[in-house]
Amino acid sequence: MRVTAIVKKVLKELFRDKRTLAMIFLAPILVLWLMNVMFASNSSTSAKLAVVDVPHQVNKNLDKVDHVSIKKYTDRTQAKKKLKQNKIDGVIYYHHNKYYVDYANTDSSQTALTKQALKVAITGQSITKMKTALTQSQKQLVKLSKQLAIVAQKNGMQVPTKPGTQKKTKPKKAKKAKIINKYHYGNSDTGFFNKIVPILIAFFIFLFVFLISGMALLKERTTGTLDRLLATPVKRSEIIYGYMISYGIIAVIQSIIIIVVTIWLLNIEVAGNVMWVILISILVAMVALAFGFLLSTIAESEFQMMQFIPLVAVPQIFFSGIIPLDSMANWVSYLGKILPLTYAGDALNQVILYGRGFESFAGDMLALLIFIVVLVALNIVGLKRYRKV
Amino acid sequence: MNNFIEIHNLVKKYGKQTILNNVDLTLKKGEIIGLIGPSGAGKTTTIKTALGMEKADSGSALVLGKQMPNRKILGEIGYMAQSDALYTSLTGAENLEFFCEMKGVAKKDIAEQIEYVSEVVDLTDALDKYVKEYSGGMMRRLSLAIALLSYPKLLVLDEPTVGIDPALRRKIWHELNNLRSQGCSVLITTHVMDEAEKTDRVALLLHGEIIAFDHPQVLEQNYGVPTIEDVFLKAEQKEG
Repeated sequence: MRVTAIVKKVLKELFRDKRTLAMIFLAPILVLWLMNVMFASNSSTSAKLAVVDVPHQVNKNLDKVDHVSIKKYTDRTQAKKKLKQNKIDGVIYYHHNKYYVDYANTDSSQTALTKQALKVAITGQSITKMKTALTQSQKQLVKLSKQLAIVAQKNGMQVPTKPGTQKKTKPKKAKKAKIINKYHYGNSDTGFFNKIVPILIAFFIFLFVFLISGMALLKERTTGTLDRLLATPVKRSEIIYGYMISYGIIAVIQSIIIIVVTIWLLNIEVAGNVMWVILISILVAMVALAFGFLLSTIAESEFQMMQFIPLVAVPQIFFSGIIPLDSMANWVSYLGKILPLTYAGDALNQVILYGRGFESFAGDMLALLIFIVVLVALNIVGLKRYRKV
Repeated sequence: MNNFIEIHNLVKKYGKQTILNNVDLTLKKGEIIGLIGPSGAGKTTTIKTALGMEKADSGSALVLGKQMPNRKILGEIGYMAQSDALYTSLTGAENLEFFCEMKGVAKKDIAEQIEYVSEVVDLTDALDKYVKEYSGGMMRRLSLAIALLSYPKLLVLDEPTVGIDPALRRKIWHELNNLRSQGCSVLITTHVMDEAEKTDRVALLLHGEIIAFDHPQVLEQNYGVPTIEDVFLKAEQKEG
């Protein structure tokens, strides 16, 4: 009964605090949207190049390469000046069968693009040259055979000349092999953002729930109401359960909003069942909740609680799988093992990217459950600081 | 069980600092005792140890015949802390209802309880207002009202009348006397010396020790002064 009374009280307080409520629900949407805008624009690199004395065919080929635009200059020094002024991203100069390239190199992907484009253009040029040579020799061959026929006729010999031979020898574009792309996950636009989305979902749910829960018990303590509460026969566990349930309701709503925003608004494909995504997210939220409560009993003030946020959040980002840990030192991967987000990220990866079923992430879910049970137990014991029974 | 509070040889230390040094205190059934002393003397620590919020380093505290800390016995104690400790985004009535539920008051009795305590502290008209709109005095009264919920056998009040105007203070004392006549006991800490005169016995707490504990009149005679305030000052001089 006391648990429901606490739940009722906490929810009443929360729903009357309109600004906090708006923050809880709108902040994650805004952040995720910004994140998507950022990663989406980053996916295409373009380069503006200046060309000096470059053969015509290479120029034409360069211009054909996607995201590369060229401008012709007659003077190399003038082109270099432009490079210094940041107007162009590279200068290509052709002299004595050598290409001299100056890169701005302020963006490594632009440099890579330029190198790639030049390579393609030069290869294209030599192929064209070969083609032309081939066509010419074919023409000569035709001519030769005609002359041969004339000579033969004169001599009364029969030379089999099929009609239409000339047509066939016409230079014909080699038929390109067509590549048909099929994506196991997503489509041709699937970028880096899509890959980190599962971990980002877990991270944002963790972060936002952690933020609100850390403040909750702290407020109860600094205003003295916790002491007053503990001066009644309420059990310590009843307080923690009450808070877990009430903030859990908020956290579940928040998690669902984050998932809905990510999946539908940002157009992220979920290969597996969305219900699993929601269920895993709820577990993450509960871990964050219990963790926030625990730290709020350790923190002396709101200010100290703020200090805990980067301390808790940053390792989770680094070691939970956004950056592949396989190549790192052993202790790093062990560190990842004690962070709840590692399991959450892995489970969400299995569902969102690979579309696997429950058996592939049951272990992860169990790990999260263990986190919740242990943290809740620690919280109940931790309240002993404020009342001895 | 005639003694509602029995504290024996209570010692409480924070690190090297001794807050309470062999404190003995008894509160009989139907008695109001005052605990006075300068700030930092250990009044709040005495109360918190008696309620089981702090653990004593040695000595014992029996409340209503039970060794503290004891969770269940808390339901029979009305506690009012120095800070108001209210949920400011709830209304007065909601605060009272919440603490009724925490104290385990039966659902059907809650309305009647709220009516009774708000009557005592004169807050009946302000019950539906949010606590953040209350004045300081109103918050203090609501805090006292919460302590009075569920007809506690024992009231522990930490400076209850700070910021309460004289008329209401008189009313509250009238109510405390009323409760006493019904067999309820009150432990009260106060800075207001004329309130100490109204108690049955006064304990003078100085540097974590009870240096005097008797009827106000007896103390005044012993120290040869007319008021408790003089007793207080004289005792402090002697110790200092």
